[in-house]
Amino acid sequence: MSLTIITGMLISLFTLNAPIAPVALKPGDTAVDFKLKNVDGKMVSLSDFKNAKGYIIVFTCNHCPYAKLYEDRLIAINDKYSKMGYPVIAINPNDPTAEPEDSFDEMKKRAKSKGFKFPYLFDEGQKIYPQYGATRTPHVFLLNAQRVVKYIGAIDDNPNDASAVKAKYLEDAIASLQGGKDIIPNVTKALGCSIKVKKA
Amino acid sequence: MQRFKHLHFLIYFIWGLTATAQSDVAVPLYEDFASFQKVVLHDETNQVKLINFWATWCKPCVKELPYFQQLHEKYPELPMVLVSLDKKADANGRIARFLAQRKITIPVVVLADGRANDWIDKVSPDWSGSIPATLVFNRGEKFFFETDFESMEAIEAAIDIQSLIKNK
Repeated sequence: MSLTIITGMLISLFTLNAPIAPVALKPGDTAVDFKLKNVDGKMVSLSDFKNAKGYIIVFTCNHCPYAKLYEDRLIAINDKYSKMGYPVIAINPNDPTAEPEDSFDEMKKRAKSKGFKFPYLFDEGQKIYPQYGATRTPHVFLLNAQRVVKYIGAIDDNPNDASAVKAKYLEDAIASLQGGKDIIPNVTKALGCSIKVKKA
Repeated sequence: MQRFKHLHFLIYFIWGLTATAQSDVAVPLYEDFASFQKVVLHDETNQVKLINFWATWCKPCVKELPYFQQLHEKYPELPMVLVSLDKKADANGRIARFLAQRKITIPVVVLADGRANDWIDKVSPDWSGSIPATLVFNRGEKFFFETDFESMEAIEAAIDIQSLIKNK
């Protein structure tokens, strides 16, 4: 094998594995599209949703208690809003070597047992979450049809008790987006689990 | 003020003792952030304190607790508080048992104010809300870490422990 080919391979190896500089998206920024593997084995991109008016992207996972608390609410939100053109797209950002409960096989099991009707995608190699600036699970990014970020943060203000929710941040944001109104607040914070990255 | 400070430290010390001696003890519970802020975060500019936010269900948090315990034993003069974000009911026995089993004697409180969006920024505007997270007051300087630590030495290096001890 010639030196040129080896050098070329080495360069491409480094380029492929180069860490992506983390970007913390803010409302008004345009989010990247992606192509990630769904629990059904198919690859999913935002551009696959031809008639979408927006996208409800939720970084979530299997293991985190806060993520679990929101599973049923995500199912209900998808049932309600996907037919209005706002599908839920769940992405697991965790490295399964750091958190085995979040492996692709475990994701498949979870999606099946909970009956997820929305894609539950695996951020293999952890390339996508840093380009959104997700820091925890669950962490929501609401985009419009042009992938412009409209809302970032929590689903609502009460993880522990869905019946005691006072502010439905995400649903209110979707309603404002539908009505062409300003979204207030367009950023909220919530407690959650850190995104699991394998330590060197 | 000076007397109050000592009283405060004594209370922490007694909590530490009871946590080891008697594991079924209730730990202080704050159901609203304002009262937590008054007691635990009070007087930011005038104190030295290390505050670690954690929960029993958070694996990286539980993993780093022994490193904070080592720090606590090495520098008993450094005031430290563990702030558990577990459920309200866990304040009554469960948290103390959990820590006693792991021989953690750092004073602990439970903060169970569900309206996190209203108070996360008051802990630190740099905090997105994930745990573990550690806040350090060093007489007017405030340091915040939304990360877990790999060893006691890593904590010592990150928080500039010598400066904290000197300012205590």
